[in-house]
Amino acid sequence: MDRQIRRLGFAFVALFAILFAQVAYIQLYASGRIVADPANAARQIRAEYSVERGQILAADERTVLAKSVPNRDPNSVYRFLREYPEGSLYGQLTGYYSRIYGYSGLERAMNPYLAGTAPEFTAQNLTDIILGRPKVGGTVITTLEPALQRAAKAALGSHLGAVVALDPTSGDVLAMWSNPGYDPNGISTGTDQQITAAWNDLVQDPQKPLVSKAFQELYLPGSTFKLITASAALEQGWGPDKTWPNPHVLDLPQSSSTLENFGNEVCNGGASSVTMIEAFTESCNVTFGEIGLELYKHDPTALSQQAFAYGWCPILPPDQLTCTEPTVPFTLPWEPGRFPDPAYFQENLPKVALSAVGLDNDKQNPLQLALETAAIANDGTLMQPKLVTEVRDNAGRTIKSFGDLAFGQPISSSTAAQMRQMMISVVEHGTGTEAQIPGWTVAGKTGTSTNCGLEPNCTTPPNAWFTAFAGPPGQPPRIVVAAIVIDGGSLGSEATGGRVAAPIVKQVIETYRTTLGR
Amino acid sequence: MSAVAAQGAAVARERRAPKGLWLLILAIAASILAYALQGLGLHGKVPKDLVLYGALFAGAAIAGWLAIRRLAAPADPALYPTAVLLGGLGLAMLFRLMDERGRVDIARDQAIWLVIGLAVFVATLWFIRDIRQLDAYTYTIGLAGIVLLLLPIVPGIGYEINGARLWVNLGFVQFQPAEIGRILIVIFLASYLSQRRELLATGVGRFGLPRIKDLGPLLLAWGASLAVLLLERDVGASLLLFGVFVVMIWVATGRPAYLLLGVVLFALAAYIGWLALPHIQERVVIWFHALDPKNVNGIGYQLAQGWFAFASGGMVGTGFGQGSPTLIPYVGSDFILAAFGEELGMLGVAAILLAYLVLIGRGLRIAIERPDAFGKLLAVGLTTVVGLQVFTIAAGVLRLIPLTGVPLPLVSYGGTSRVASFVILALLIRASAGPRVTRKGA
Repeated sequence: MDRQIRRLGFAFVALFAILFAQVAYIQLYASGRIVADPANAARQIRAEYSVERGQILAADERTVLAKSVPNRDPNSVYRFLREYPEGSLYGQLTGYYSRIYGYSGLERAMNPYLAGTAPEFTAQNLTDIILGRPKVGGTVITTLEPALQRAAKAALGSHLGAVVALDPTSGDVLAMWSNPGYDPNGISTGTDQQITAAWNDLVQDPQKPLVSKAFQELYLPGSTFKLITASAALEQGWGPDKTWPNPHVLDLPQSSSTLENFGNEVCNGGASSVTMIEAFTESCNVTFGEIGLELYKHDPTALSQQAFAYGWCPILPPDQLTCTEPTVPFTLPWEPGRFPDPAYFQENLPKVALSAVGLDNDKQNPLQLALETAAIANDGTLMQPKLVTEVRDNAGRTIKSFGDLAFGQPISSSTAAQMRQMMISVVEHGTGTEAQIPGWTVAGKTGTSTNCGLEPNCTTPPNAWFTAFAGPPGQPPRIVVAAIVIDGGSLGSEATGGRVAAPIVKQVIETYRTTLGR
Repeated sequence: MSAVAAQGAAVARERRAPKGLWLLILAIAASILAYALQGLGLHGKVPKDLVLYGALFAGAAIAGWLAIRRLAAPADPALYPTAVLLGGLGLAMLFRLMDERGRVDIARDQAIWLVIGLAVFVATLWFIRDIRQLDAYTYTIGLAGIVLLLLPIVPGIGYEINGARLWVNLGFVQFQPAEIGRILIVIFLASYLSQRRELLATGVGRFGLPRIKDLGPLLLAWGASLAVLLLERDVGASLLLFGVFVVMIWVATGRPAYLLLGVVLFALAAYIGWLALPHIQERVVIWFHALDPKNVNGIGYQLAQGWFAFASGGMVGTGFGQGSPTLIPYVGSDFILAAFGEELGMLGVAAILLAYLVLIGRGLRIAIERPDAFGKLLAVGLTTVVGLQVFTIAAGVLRLIPLTGVPLPLVSYGGTSRVASFVILALLIRASAGPRVTRKGA
C-alpha cells in the first residue's frame, strides 16, 4: 500500500503543479491582455477609484484645484470622490474625472501621475505594497496663479470670451479663463442620475462650456494678424520707417473688389504715404494689404512661412482645418492657429491681401495670439506653453519636473525689438490706448473681426481682440495677456478690440503688477 | 552515564520548545496580520477590534493546540498550524469581503463556525482515543453515511439552493449533510477495504481484472455518486465521492485496473449527467466560452470576473482590501481563491496552494507511518477528500475544468464545510498520534 500512497503523493504534486502553471499563466504571462478586456471595465474604474488620486495645485502650492476625498457613503463601491474646491474657475483646465464620462483636461493629460501608475512611481508603489500602505497618486503643481485667474474671470465678467496670461520667458500659463466655464464637480460626483443630468445640461448648452474658448476654439484673427505680416516684412528688411502708398481704399488686383480700412476711415490723416509703424499703430488695412501683396511678389511663401514659424499650422482651405504638420506642444490638447498653405494663394492676389490683415481663411484663439506676443516679448524665442511645472510623490519628493522648452525662433532678435517698438506705439497713441498703465510699459495690438469676415450683410457683432506684453519701464517684459470678447460684448456692433478687449487685458496686467510683478 | 545524558537531553529538548509551537505562533501571527491588513487596505486604518480579534483568535488556536498536546500527545506537529493558517487567512478575507458588502455579520458567523469547528475538533479527539475504535462499526457508519448523503432528497427537510439540492433544514439548524456523510463513507470504505483488500486484490485474466462479484462495492459507490449527481444535481460532491472511492480501492488493492475502471465509469457517469442535466451542459459551455462577448455579462459573468480578478492581481496582488473581488458573485464561497489571487497575487495563491500541499503531504505521511491497513486507508481517504476538493474548486475557478461548486476547505464560507474539515483534521491528528511504524534511527 505504501507504494500506492507515495504514487498518490506524486499525483497530487502533479495536479498542484498544473494549478501553479495556470496561476502563473493568468497572473503573469497573460495578465496584461486579460486585464485590458473591455468586459473588465467595472474593475478598471473601481481600481482607479480605490486609489487616492493626487491633488492638482495652483502655482502657490496652496490653492487646491482638485483633490480626492474619502467617500462618506460606506456602501458605495467607490472609495474616493473627486472634488474641485474652486468650482468652475479652473474647470476647463483641470477637466473632470467622471466614473461615467471618463476624464478630460489635466485629469486626463496627467492621469499616470495622478493615479500613481507612471514609471516614476515604481519604487514608491513597491514600498507601499510591502508596508501595506494604500497607494496614493502624485501631486501635480500647475503654473496657474490664483490671483491672476480670478482677475481674468472678473475682467471678462459676463462677456462671452477668453483670457490667456503667459510668462513670456518660461511659457508658463499664468491664467487661462474662458466664459462660460463649467463646474466639474457636477459630472464627477453624485449619483449616476445626477451625473448624467449635469452632463446633458453641459453638452446641450449652446455656449459650449465644456470647450475652452481660450485654446480649443478658433476665430478669425482680424488685425491681430498684422503682428505676423509685420514680422514677415521686418524679416525681409523692410523697416518700421519704410513708407508705403496711402490710398483711401486698396483696389485688389485681378478683381473688382477693394480693401478698406476699418470703418472706412483714412489712414495717417489722409497723407499720400504712411510708414509701417504708423500704419501698425493705427491698424490700417490698406497698408497691410499692400505689404502682403508686396511680400507675395517677393516670395509667395513668406507670409505662410512666418505664420508657421509662430506655431500656426498649415491647412489646405477652403474646407480643411486639419493641420498637415505637427505644431507647438501644450500640456493639454489644443487647436493652434490655422493658416493656408502657400499653394492656396496660387496667384489669387485678393486672398493674399485679405490674409495679410487676418480676414480670410485664417483662424486663431487667444493662446495662439499670446504665443506670438510672447515670442516678440522674449527676443524672438517662442517658448512652449505649459500648465504643469512638476509632480511630487506623497512624501513631497519631486519625481518629475517639466522644464522650460523653446519651440523655435520665429523672428530674429532685431525683428523682435522692432516689433516691440511698434506695439508700444499702439498703446501710446494708437488703437490700444485704453491699455495704458501709468508707470509701466504696456505694448499691444488690437483686432476686430467677425466670423463672417468681409461678406456683405454680415451683421453679427464683431469679435474684439487684444494682446499685450507689459513690464516695468526699461526692463524685459514680464507678462503677456491675450483676450477675445466674442460678439462684441457690451458694445455689440460698435465693439472694437481697443475699446472692449484692451481694458480687460489691462485689468489682468494691473493685477499682475500689484500682486506678482513686485 | 551516556544513557542518562541522552535522557536529559531529550527532556531538555522537550522543555525547550514542543514541536510545532513555533509554526503555530507563526500561523497565528500571519492570521492576525492578515486581519489588520484588510482593515488597513479597506478603511486606511487598523480595525478597531484588532486586539480583541487577535486575542480571541490566538486563544482559540492555542486552546486547540493544548487539546492536541493533552489528548493526542505525539501528534503530527505541522498539520494543525497549517490548518490554523488557512483558517486565519480565510477568515480575514471573509471579513474583508463582507465588510465591503456591508455584511460583517456574515463574517462574524463564520468566526463562530470556526470556534464550533474547533470544539468539534476537540470533542472528536476526546471521544476517539484510538482510530481503530471506528473500525468496529463498519456497516453502521456506512449506512449513516449513505443516509446523510441522500438526506437532502427527503421531501420536507431537503431543499435546493442555486439549482443543487444539498441542504437540509431540521427547523433549528440548516446544513449540508453530504459534508459529514462523505467522512463517514471514507471511514466505512477504510474499514471495508482493509478487511477485504486481499480478496479484491486477486484478479483474473491477463490484466488482473477483478472478479465480477468483487466489483459490487465499486459499482455501489458509483451508483451512490450517480444518485447524488442526478437526484441532488451536485456535480462537485458526486465527483469527490467517486474520486475518493477509486483512489482508496486502488491504494487498498494495488491494482491499477481499478483506476482504469474508475476512469471508464467516470466517463460513463459524466455522459449520463450530460444527457440528463442541462445545467451540466451549461457548465461546459461556460467553461469554454465564459469570455465570449455574449456570455461575459450573462452566464459567464462569475467565471469571467474571477478570471479578471486573478489577472488584475499579477505577481504580488493589489494588497488586502485594495482590489475589487466583490464584483465576483459568491466570492466568499466558491471563488475565494480568486479574491486571494486579486489581492495577494500569484505569490499569495502559491502560498495557499503550498499550505494545502503541506496538509496533503502530512496526511499521506501519516498514512505511511500507520502500521494498520485501516489506519492507512483512513488517512489516505481523508487526505484525498481534502486534496481532491482543493483541486476541483481551484481548477474550476482557474478554468482548467468546468466549475463545480465545492468550498475551499477551511478557507471559504460555509459552516458545515468548516466543521467537516475540522473532523477530518481531528481524525488525521488522532491517526498520527496512534501506533506508528518505528523506522530505524527514529
